[in-house]
Amino acid sequence: MAKIVKGSEKSDLVATSGERLTGKELGTAVVTADAFPNPGLPPHRQRVTDTNPRRLARAARIVAWLFYLSIAGSIFTIFAYMFFPIEGGDTTSIRLSTLYIGLGSAFALLAIGIAAVHWGKAVMADKEGVDERHPVRGTDETRARAVEIFKEADEESGFSRRTLIRNGMIGAFIAFPLPAIALFRGLAPMDEDPNNLMKHTFWKKGLRLTHDPTGVPIKASDLTIGSSVHVIPEGLLDLPEAQMLDQKAKAAVLVVRLKPEDLHWTSEQRKSWSYDGIVAYSKICTHVGCPVALYEQQTHHLLCPCHQSQFDISNECAVIFGPAARPLPQLPIAVDADGYLVALSDFDQPVGPSFWEREK
Amino acid sequence: MTVTATPPSSGVTGKISNYLDERTSISGAVKEFGRKIFPDHWSFLLGEVALYSFVIILLSGSFLTFFFQASMASVQYDGSYVPLKGVEMSVAMSSTLDISFDLRGGLLLRQIHHWAALLFISAIGLHMLRVFFTGAFRKPRELNWSIGFVLFVLAMAEGFTGYSLPDDLLSGNGLRIIDGMIVGLPVVGTWISFLLFGGEFPGSDIIGRLYTLHILLLPLVVLAFIVLHLMFVIIHKHTQYPGPGRTEQNVVGYPVLPVYAAKAGGFFFLVFGVVVLIAATVTINPIWAYGPYDPSPVSAGTQPDWYIGFADGALRLMPPHLETYWFGYTWSWNIIIPVLLLLVFLAVVFAYPFFEAWVTGDKREHHVLDRPRNAPVRTAIGAAGVTFYAVLWAGAASDIIATHFKVTMEGVINTLQIMLILGPIFAFMIAKRVCLALQKKDREIVLHGFETGRIVRLPGGEFTEVHQQLDDYDRWQLVSFNDNAPIMVRPNARGKITGATRRRAAWSRFFFEDRIAPVTQTEYKQELEHSHH
Ligand code: FES
Repeated sequence: MAKIVKGSEKSDLVATSGERLTGKELGTAVVTADAFPNPGLPPHRQRVTDTNPRRLARAARIVAWLFYLSIAGSIFTIFAYMFFPIEGGDTTSIRLSTLYIGLGSAFALLAIGIAAVHWGKAVMADKEGVDERHPVRGTDETRARAVEIFKEADEESGFSRRTLIRNGMIGAFIAFPLPAIALFRGLAPMDEDPNNLMKHTFWKKGLRLTHDPTGVPIKASDLTIGSSVHVIPEGLLDLPEAQMLDQKAKAAVLVVRLKPEDLHWTSEQRKSWSYDGIVAYSKICTHVGCPVALYEQQTHHLLCPCHQSQFDISNECAVIFGPAARPLPQLPIAVDADGYLVALSDFDQPVGPSFWEREK
Repeated sequence: MTVTATPPSSGVTGKISNYLDERTSISGAVKEFGRKIFPDHWSFLLGEVALYSFVIILLSGSFLTFFFQASMASVQYDGSYVPLKGVEMSVAMSSTLDISFDLRGGLLLRQIHHWAALLFISAIGLHMLRVFFTGAFRKPRELNWSIGFVLFVLAMAEGFTGYSLPDDLLSGNGLRIIDGMIVGLPVVGTWISFLLFGGEFPGSDIIGRLYTLHILLLPLVVLAFIVLHLMFVIIHKHTQYPGPGRTEQNVVGYPVLPVYAAKAGGFFFLVFGVVVLIAATVTINPIWAYGPYDPSPVSAGTQPDWYIGFADGALRLMPPHLETYWFGYTWSWNIIIPVLLLLVFLAVVFAYPFFEAWVTGDKREHHVLDRPRNAPVRTAIGAAGVTFYAVLWAGAASDIIATHFKVTMEGVINTLQIMLILGPIFAFMIAKRVCLALQKKDREIVLHGFETGRIVRLPGGEFTEVHQQLDDYDRWQLVSFNDNAPIMVRPNARGKITGATRRRAAWSRFFFEDRIAPVTQTEYKQELEHSHH
């Protein structure tokens, strides 16, 4: 390796001179014999409390006082706990209780902290120390003995010699956790297929559209142009709570009424899924599933609050901005004999985030 | 506990010590560790903050477990908080409300727990940055970096599982997003989600499962890794900043007993006190304002806890329509790309010490830290990483930025998309230049002294400022750094130049081509003579 250190060729950088020491250990490191020697520890500097006994006494007093104040703080906290009860539903009493218990214990803790640190910094002997470091690796002797031990163990057990035993053991070790993996299948119900579940919602032909969360059916004539309503299927609320949420997580819908001429359709069929400017779209974002329900009346845009995907209602909820990849699915609707909005069928595709088997 | 080396007879302390020692041989531990030297620097406190906030989390969390019920069974809320009276919600949510409104000190403890958790992750992050920028991860500490990295990831997992437990609107939405991401993963996504949630989202199992992870499994692993981490700190002894008298063979500082114990112990109470103070005065996660989880309502402008921000930002910065149908399956690139992006980012963080060790080929132990300027390319890489993270993080706040500064959402997102690519590059270049400039200034000061502010008039009539040379100690600060130069490509023993060698040489050029070497004695003498003539 080159003996002389060459700096970079770049003109604004400085080159060094001097001998470069080489060694296998160094790699890219450059060590020159010409480097400055370490001047050793600088002379010890005394603190004020070392030179001025009055200051030392004062610091000691402060430390002691802080510890006593901390005791006072803890006692205060207990009293605060007793004398600031929280009275049912009164938020002020909760705030006060929290505040006083908190302030009291914070004070008690901080006083201990400041006292201990001040004690260490100003009062305790200021004696810097130097420890020697030893290489992390064991000594050659230790390492040799370690190798020897393994050799002996190998010999005595026949680990490398008896390959049949060894391989059997390795195989057994690989095999024995496998049943545990199988056991985890039980995390989800055995008799259900997620793909099936994700492809269907609570909607079906003839179900009325009802208000979320009251469940009151919606008359087409009640919707003015420009209005939007959050919708759940009729009967959803009759489900047990747990199932209700699972179903609602897929079935939530937003209904909007626009002027019919503001709606642009790619097919007659899609158009037939709407009723006189009233359209229903899944509220579950096709990105990762947040409810998309910020409706901008002026632009007919739906905005998802989670990652700002925007969907254009006038163009079949196509994605116009943000990370979502697919339009929101449309719920085919019509009006029944009594003038209420009803679903014509379930969605024609899975709602919500994309998943692997979605197209299957 | 006091353990003295006095013979068995003297006093109570002596008797207790003797009793213990005869059963535990604890005097050996005291002898070994009692006077161990720890170096002192404010930046070493960051790791301590992390450790202490973990203790606070354990204490406050244990209290909370006495009252929290991790069940998704539905109840009608019947506690003291009037606006939610009679509302259907899960037992988890209702017990969290009870902790907040019907248990004295309950709200305080909840807030202590949450604030300490935020502090825990922040402190770990800052501690990692300190370790990175000072090169503390070099041999022999590469493995301890890996352990610390695992702790960082575990801390985020702890944070997220905890955030989800109250089953309020926001945490439910967070889970919804996680579920949406999981199902987007190729091949296994749908099934992982199905198993995790015990059926369809949200199901009625997830809170209980997260609870087990949150209070049992994860804390156990975190604790084990903390023990490992600290064990290595003892085995390696702490690093120290460069300074006169400090070498690779020694450690300069204060003994554990008494000074370090007093300072570190006191510091625990300071951290605890500050957390309690914040918890007493600043509300965090007011779940009563959000209400129970319901898949349908929206909440604009809500934010996840800060440490999830970078992941959320990665999701937000994807351009539209990234999805393809191949072989009959759906490839959700808008999920796969951000997930990969985050995994690669984390992998790079994890692997950096090993990579740098490979590039430098430096096999020595390093216990004296680098000043960041003295490792310009490493510092620049760090700056690029921080910028990348920061842009992702800003991405998570894109809506808030847009409304706050009255600019369009599209403008903010597009700007951030560009910055995600260009930002790290610029940060790299700027940081590197700044480091080199600082190094040059250091050289300048060593060679020509520092300006004293004293102006003298020379016999010739001109004015000059008197420069004063540094003393030996101050100079040592500026000349005692690790210097590296690119390696040359050389054939190996068999006369071949391997690809690995070529790559290593190229990387070593990338790292060390622009290089300011420390001032040598000869240079210094020459310069002195020069200025005397
Ligand atoms: S969930 Fe709607 S944009 Fe991400």
